[in-house]
Amino acid sequence: MTEKAKIMDAEEIRRALMRIANQIVERNKGVGGLVIVGIHRRGVPLAKRLAEAIFKLEGEEVPVGTLDINLYRDDLSTIGYQPIVRKTEIPVDISARNVVLVDDVLYTGRTVRAALDALMDLGRPKSIQLAVLVDRGHRELPIRADYVGKDVPSSRKEIISVRIMEFDGKEEVVIIDGKSERT
Amino acid sequence: MAKWYHKDLLDIKDLKAEEIETILDLTSSCKQIYQRQIKKFPTLRGKTVVLLFFEPSTRTRTSFEIASKWMSADLVNVSIAQSSVVKGESLYDTARTIEAMGTDLVVVRHRSAGVPHTLAKLLSCSVINAGDGAHEHPTQALLDLYTIRERLGRIQGLKVLIVGDILHSRVARSQIYALQKLGAEITVLGPSTLIPKGIESFGVKVGTSLEEELPKADVVSLLRIQKERQERGHFPSLAEYAELYGINEERLKLIRDDALIIHPGPTNLGVEITPKAAEDKRSAINQQVTNGVAVRMAALYLLLGGGQENELVI
Repeated sequence: MTEKAKIMDAEEIRRALMRIANQIVERNKGVGGLVIVGIHRRGVPLAKRLAEAIFKLEGEEVPVGTLDINLYRDDLSTIGYQPIVRKTEIPVDISARNVVLVDDVLYTGRTVRAALDALMDLGRPKSIQLAVLVDRGHRELPIRADYVGKDVPSSRKEIISVRIMEFDGKEEVVIIDGKSERT
Repeated sequence: MAKWYHKDLLDIKDLKAEEIETILDLTSSCKQIYQRQIKKFPTLRGKTVVLLFFEPSTRTRTSFEIASKWMSADLVNVSIAQSSVVKGESLYDTARTIEAMGTDLVVVRHRSAGVPHTLAKLLSCSVINAGDGAHEHPTQALLDLYTIRERLGRIQGLKVLIVGDILHSRVARSQIYALQKLGAEITVLGPSTLIPKGIESFGVKVGTSLEEELPKADVVSLLRIQKERQERGHFPSLAEYAELYGINEERLKLIRDDALIIHPGPTNLGVEITPKAAEDKRSAINQQVTNGVAVRMAALYLLLGGGQENELVI
């Protein structure tokens, strides 16, 4: 398992999130009725940063929530041990709101599928949009992102690791050579 | 969070402190479902849970049922009175029959200690002990600990007073193991005939009077007087038990304001606790019932949620 290349540094991550924040505001014509929901774990700090960036642009606070998808996985019987179930905390009723779902990496699409089911059980949103820092391809389901920080064509043998200050003590996105495994 | 390696949940004695913490943390996440309009997760879709209760139960059985249903497992409730057990079917045959039908998990309660362990050895599916004789009742102790942690914020260093029939109580046994592993100090108190001899060697203190012990306790855990196990007369009468060991309004005044009263239920009102004391703000008896479902969801998730070790697939 060796690090092959750094594909984003702290500054690039910051700019990408800034651009996504702009696109969210543009597409939704403001921030009314918006709620940003981060998928545990790395989607959570990214969601917070998007909300901060939007606040800088529009001067309005957007509610931010967290979503745990482990109770909705389709692969529980194929992974070796039980993933930690964290809390789902969304401060507003998502019904009739535009939800922006945030995750670090979009890969097979299965996490997003589970997140969509989890959100649907909480209410009936007006729309759900997807924002990811990295899209690495290899989708197994018909799912696409509305906002992408960076497209990274990758091999299934590689691991794309997003490192976030809150969890990893540094900010970067790197490609790691390794055998096929979940990141 | 500690990884979970057990096929079965049979007793607290065999769990590590980190594993108990794992269950408690998971319980906290599972409890979120209570506030939802749609109380359903697809987590255990396609799994079959069989409840095999050879002894009566309301709380434990119902909470396992609700937990299974909220997690989308299919549930079969075997009614012993209408099963082949009354025709003299052996435990072994009952177990084999259940397994042959493709069951993924069996929850068993039995009047004899060790029955769940025997089943766990016979069956390749998971087994949860929902109470075996006077041995253990692990999920009850886990929900008690969860309730204590929820109300008091911690277990470590708490002084817990367990009152009643320690000798016959599977709840007491599981509580003692669990509380000790998480660093609580335990004192037991009850009729001397119902305190197991040599219990001090487990690091448990034996108290002599409620008046002396109640003011010191952070948690007062009352045990049910099990009339069904009391044929041999370990104490003269229920009235006398109430007089010496029951929590009434007078004794309530001795319990600290920030302390907690728990009881596994069903309470014999007027015996272990008076109706008024049971409704006191320090009593967590109803909260315990509420937490029972979340604890059982956590247990089902840990036993049924994962696959084989070293089977990491995308």
